Amino acid sequence: MTPHILTRSLDRAATAFVLIVAAVGVLIPLSNLLLPQGSMFQVPTYLVALWGKYVCYAILALAIDLIWGYCGILSLGHGAFFALGGYAMGMYLMRQIGSRGVYGNPVLPDFMVFLNWDKLPWYWYGFDKFWFAALMVLLVPGLLAFCFGWLAFRSRVTGVYLSIITQAMTYALLLGFFRNDFGFGGNNGLTDFKDILGFNVQAEGTRAVLFLLSCLALIVAFLICRAIVTSKLGKVLIAVRDAESRTRFLGYRVESYKLFVFTLSACMAGVAGALYVPQVGIINPSEFAPGNSIEAVIWVAVGGRGTLVGAALGAVVVNYAKTFFTSGPLAPYWLFMLGALFILVTLLLPKGIVGTFNSWWEPIRARRNSPDAESAAREDGVGAPNPAE
Amino acid sequence: MPALAGPFEDSVAKFANDEFSDTEAAIGEVAASGNALASPIISALQDGRLSADPDSKKVFITQADGKIVDAATGAAVDKLPDNAAAVRLNNRLRRTVEAALGGLTLLSPDPAKRLAAAQSVFKSHEENLLPTVEGALAKESVKSIKQAFAEARAAIILFKSDASDSDKLDAVAVVKARGDQEALALLTGLGDQPPVVAKAAAAAVTSIQSNLAMWSMVQNAWYGLSLGSVLLLAAIGLAITFGVMGVINMAHGEMVMLGAYTTFVVQEVIRTRYPALFDYSLLIAVPLAFLVAGFIGVLIERTIIRFLYGRPLETLLATWGLSLVLQQAVRTAFGPTNREVGNPSWMSGAFELGQITITYNRLWILCFTLAVFAILLAMLRYTALGLEMRAVTQNRRMAASMGIATSRVDALTFGLGSGIAGIAGVALSQIDNVSPNLGQSYIIDSFMVVVFGGVGNLWGTLVGAFTLGIANKFLEPVAGAVLGKIAILVLIILFIQKRPRGLFALKGWAVEA
Repeated sequence: MTPHILTRSLDRAATAFVLIVAAVGVLIPLSNLLLPQGSMFQVPTYLVALWGKYVCYAILALAIDLIWGYCGILSLGHGAFFALGGYAMGMYLMRQIGSRGVYGNPVLPDFMVFLNWDKLPWYWYGFDKFWFAALMVLLVPGLLAFCFGWLAFRSRVTGVYLSIITQAMTYALLLGFFRNDFGFGGNNGLTDFKDILGFNVQAEGTRAVLFLLSCLALIVAFLICRAIVTSKLGKVLIAVRDAESRTRFLGYRVESYKLFVFTLSACMAGVAGALYVPQVGIINPSEFAPGNSIEAVIWVAVGGRGTLVGAALGAVVVNYAKTFFTSGPLAPYWLFMLGALFILVTLLLPKGIVGTFNSWWEPIRARRNSPDAESAAREDGVGAPNPAE
Repeated sequence: MPALAGPFEDSVAKFANDEFSDTEAAIGEVAASGNALASPIISALQDGRLSADPDSKKVFITQADGKIVDAATGAAVDKLPDNAAAVRLNNRLRRTVEAALGGLTLLSPDPAKRLAAAQSVFKSHEENLLPTVEGALAKESVKSIKQAFAEARAAIILFKSDASDSDKLDAVAVVKARGDQEALALLTGLGDQPPVVAKAAAAAVTSIQSNLAMWSMVQNAWYGLSLGSVLLLAAIGLAITFGVMGVINMAHGEMVMLGAYTTFVVQEVIRTRYPALFDYSLLIAVPLAFLVAGFIGVLIERTIIRFLYGRPLETLLATWGLSLVLQQAVRTAFGPTNREVGNPSWMSGAFELGQITITYNRLWILCFTLAVFAILLAMLRYTALGLEMRAVTQNRRMAASMGIATSRVDALTFGLGSGIAGIAGVALSQIDNVSPNLGQSYIIDSFMVVVFGGVGNLWGTLVGAFTLGIANKFLEPVAGAVLGKIAILVLIILFIQKRPRGLFALKGWAVEA
């Protein structure tokens, strides 16, 4: 059954996407490890980590696209789920440092010793085991999203109201995690990681594997999203996006559908965060900043909401541009560019890169293989959303 | 032994006996004498500049400039007698000297010094100052200082072991009437007392405590009102753009920031060109900030927002991008650091109201906010533009059919909301740091206020702002500033679940549009 769903959901573009991500996931680490340093085709280690970061962002963008592009829920707090997943992983990595910290305490992380804490807070228990941390990476963001969504969707908080309260949620978490007595390292967050599952996080081999894993996670997340949006469930989600009240009147429990995708999306964001932390080497409260969550939304808008491939593409393109511009002499102008990107994309390119490309390409393709025109038209329904809500 | 004239001279002569008990007596008598020389004598004693000739019983002050005078008469002396020696002190005497000096300022001609001295005696309740305090109390003509002396006297009597019970009871009553933290500290630190007095003191302590608790409530309420006025000021423009037009303007905070920077520019110009006008800088800045922010608001509406009507989520993203651009523009123009905006003289300072202190800038901002709110309400109610705005809010299509140029109304409404954000910036520049990030710190709070109060309802915004402000300040002492804020955010999130359209929701089908 499952393979059938997967194969059915893959059209040509989706297959191409999966193959490209898989190829990148294998080739970049291989070139980094096998080719001699200084060779033209060798990817330096810092680039592996940087691209690993982009891939994690792409997963986050997929998560946002699933709820925004297909269900019309604009969350301005998805950075919070990403950061929570990251903190869960960070806590595991902190416990792995053991007695190699500056203070040499075998149980307490350095910042707790520094704050004169004499024992581990209860919520740190279990994070010395990887399986527990991995469970928490899914569970904590998922649970928060479930509770939040249960409250919000049941009382029909929709549209901008939902956006604003998700923003308030991540803002509240930001304020909380900045506090030292919250027990997550306060301002400095968690850093100075040594090992993951016994492998040195700094080592080239570990980084290569982490990159490969991130690409795998991206593929899995993409396949899950793809399976959902092409299924009957996906059709209901699109109906909710386009006419929520009408869908409700037709007898669908709109809030249950919303709650399901919202929670799933939060879990995906959590996984993205968990993969992000060992590659970047730090997690701190600034990940909760409302600005980060909104920036993640713009990746999706740039790539094209409601296209999945576009979301991942948008995340990589915008972040590549960010790295490129902020490291050069144009750094002071980056915020101008980012701001202009927000404005221009919403005004001039409401379907994003992929959506615009699709609307330009689809008629040509339809004309070219006219017997297939019917199926192409059906594909359109799952394509870019109608920008007018 | 030469015959000396008068009691002051006799007292001074006791310094020459070289006995600690005599010295102590001399200090007390000299301090109580009210003689102009008393203060120089005792300060000289404290600094070791007082010498005495044991044979002639004459006492001399070596002044700071090296000149020597006779302590009893003030007459200049050529040089110290050969056998004159510095008057010795021990630790106990040094304390007496200090208290005596404190007591001497009780008689100072400067009212501020007298008041300060009375306050310090109230705290130290030095027993041997009682005659001085009583003398000063009898002579005092300023009412508030007289009160302070009476309290100081009461404090001394409470600690005086041989005072009668009825005197002590009177004293308890006086201290109780004072009713502040220091009175409480004094009464709780009384030690052994006759049972009647102890009972009265305990009753007074309870009464003061409940009184202080009441004042701390008042204090919190005032802080809450002040915070509420700031929130209202920041949110009121948003209430118009979001509430009336349904436009999510994430760049609203940046309009506030532009207003604050307008104030900065106005003050810079005044400082360099017309320093005399500094006190009027805010009066000049308010209309200017309204125009600057309002103009930019109209510009934004015409170039960006009008293309996005009916697409609130896209509007949100576009205006967020706009806020990044505006922040970076201001950062480029004025630098990333805080700029100095001064308080005009009529906005600095504070006054006391009962047990709380009220600063003028907070008070002015509260008044200013209420004035802006009233003007806005009147504008919506009584002007043609206000009428058109209300018509467009209630039913856009119908308003258009009746000949209202809705797009012009939209632009003006957006300009109005932005302009009000601009004048909010003028007020906030007085209490907050003027930096490119100024707006960001208010945007989430402002949205919370508008959503909590109910979109499209200015009264809801008013109630929402003050409720949140006061709730925040009452939670702060209990939970701490940050946790209090988190609690408020969580409460609002939960509240929205209960009432998704806020405290005062608009009703009717127009809401769904």
